[in-house]
Amino acid sequence: MLLRNVLSKGLRVRNSSSYCIRPSVGLERDVEDVMEAANQFAKKEMYPKMAEWDKKGELPMDVLKKAGEMGFGAIYCKGDHGGSGLSRLHASVIFEQLSMGCVSTAAYISIHNMCAWMLDTYGPDKLKEDLLPEMALFNKLGSYCLTEPDAGSDAASIRTTATKKGDYYVVNGSKAFISGAGTSDNYFVMMRQDGAAPGAKGIFCLMIEDGTEGFSYGKKEDKLGWNSQPTRILTFEDCKVPITNQIGKDGFGFNIAMAGLNGGRVNIASCSLGAAQRSMDLSIEHLKCRKQFGKTLSDFQYNQFKLAELATKLVTSRLIVRAAAEQLDNDDPEKVALCAMAKLHATDNCFEVVNGALQMFGGYGFLKDYPIQQYLRDIRVHQILEGTNEMMRLLISRDLLTKDIFWSS
Amino acid sequence: MKILVGVKRVVDYAVKIRVKPDRSGVVTEGVQHSMNPFDEIALEEAVKLKEKKLATEVVAFSLGGPKSAEVLRTALAKGADKAIHVQVSDDEAGKLESFHVAKTLQKIVEQEKFDAVFLGKQAIDDDSSQTAPILAGLLDWPQALYASKVEEGGSGHMKVTREIDGGLDTIKVKVPFVLSADLRLNEPRYATLPNIMKAKKKPLKNIPIKDLGVDITPQTETVEVTEPPVRKAGGFVEDVSALVAKLKEKGFVKA
Repeated sequence: MLLRNVLSKGLRVRNSSSYCIRPSVGLERDVEDVMEAANQFAKKEMYPKMAEWDKKGELPMDVLKKAGEMGFGAIYCKGDHGGSGLSRLHASVIFEQLSMGCVSTAAYISIHNMCAWMLDTYGPDKLKEDLLPEMALFNKLGSYCLTEPDAGSDAASIRTTATKKGDYYVVNGSKAFISGAGTSDNYFVMMRQDGAAPGAKGIFCLMIEDGTEGFSYGKKEDKLGWNSQPTRILTFEDCKVPITNQIGKDGFGFNIAMAGLNGGRVNIASCSLGAAQRSMDLSIEHLKCRKQFGKTLSDFQYNQFKLAELATKLVTSRLIVRAAAEQLDNDDPEKVALCAMAKLHATDNCFEVVNGALQMFGGYGFLKDYPIQQYLRDIRVHQILEGTNEMMRLLISRDLLTKDIFWSS
Repeated sequence: MKILVGVKRVVDYAVKIRVKPDRSGVVTEGVQHSMNPFDEIALEEAVKLKEKKLATEVVAFSLGGPKSAEVLRTALAKGADKAIHVQVSDDEAGKLESFHVAKTLQKIVEQEKFDAVFLGKQAIDDDSSQTAPILAGLLDWPQALYASKVEEGGSGHMKVTREIDGGLDTIKVKVPFVLSADLRLNEPRYATLPNIMKAKKKPLKNIPIKDLGVDITPQTETVEVTEPPVRKAGGFVEDVSALVAKLKEKGFVKA
């Protein structure tokens, strides 16, 4: 195809408002429609309550139910069991909007979506039929359980173990830093099969229901951010789980966990975008009205240039996140490294954007009466979870150094 | 009951309105637009009546430039079954008056046999509040304006309540009728993801205004649009007697 033919098919740009960090720049019409729906929801149902949820420290079930009615419970699951059947790009754009309303709640919604997708993609038909429609509506919440107290970045070293006994697996072990723990109904747990190969190949995935005998919760962790969702340790002591709850094949659990995380990384990065976008808007409003030395803060060239730098960080982050989402949709062989780059770049840079915006607010930015400090606290963890940003560097460099280069000498 | 609902594309309520430098109107280029909020309420009521089986079909209507298709798609995502876009140029759209809209609605109602027309009580851009009563006059149908509650009225009637100073005014109107929706009639739903996707497949009919033979020649001329006067800074007075003297001087208290 000639280059000019490619170029002439460029994206249609829609009018609406305005400036260069507008989240809809470059989006196709149908993605923009979905973005606007999510924006309305974030504005009306979430933003007014985000400070309250942060203080209260529990998931707003009423709003999650409404999110379920909107179709936010299983965004990129197929339509046959209640999924919305949309793309990863749609999902990214939705999470970005929802996180403007409350990062922590939006991030939980994204984790729930990751679990729903694992069920939809790898789960047995019966379980899918029973559970997926309920998850799509947030009648049942999902949690992703990989990390253990002694197995973080080295995820293949997990020790939770299942022993098959007739129609059941007997599970022993514990999981740490589990988002939604104690409120969720369905836990997607990676564990080792007794007698299976060591390392990643001996891992499989079981869905364990809340209330299963031998399954208990630790205390609710006290956290810097992400407070609207509870985080706890899970403990399994001779916990009997029906074999029909197995997600995917034996020895396939690590693949499922990592496949889920590719999307999870794009989703979490999208949540950082929303916090950065909203912080930019808040600081622009502030710079224009706050006066010192007889002129508005926006009249100081330092602030103007700083704002320009932050805006550039935000837009480059958004571009790489959406590019990674599209490569997930295309199932590109390089998706792992691309999702890792998106997560690394966007969560680091958006943290700087929010931090820079907070600085522009001066002392007010430090007050809990203003939302910027909450965005800052909430997105700090995005540099740590779904694989730390250090692990993202590892994934990217491994890709670079183990594959054929573009133009070898 | 087949309901036609008018939806207008207006500058979004959250946008700070700016006047064009040549004072010919307000800036609409590059400004966020959305469905007129009162039209959204009218649409929601029609969709609710359909859910209650009191209505059989809800058709959204918009008279406007090419971008009015956006609000029609929103209407389809929020429950309208079909949409009709009567097309004019952006230039013509800027000069449309309530009378032109009512005339166009009349044509559509006569062509497609509707039993009711639901409209917002006013559009938040020109605030005319005229389309519903003019249309009722043109069609010679009863009107139920500023509705805050709509119920089945029995034997081909609807019972419609509106809020008035110090109470409620409830009337029975014979179907077919024209209704205009007030703020507290209902709370419009969100467009959900599945419905946004389904809306793409719903029919949207385009009709150029000339095909209807409606004359949209402006009957009024906008002389000038200006910003509200900027509040001037006050001054300080020495003491109370100086203040009273000032007030007297300005005529705010009787001497």
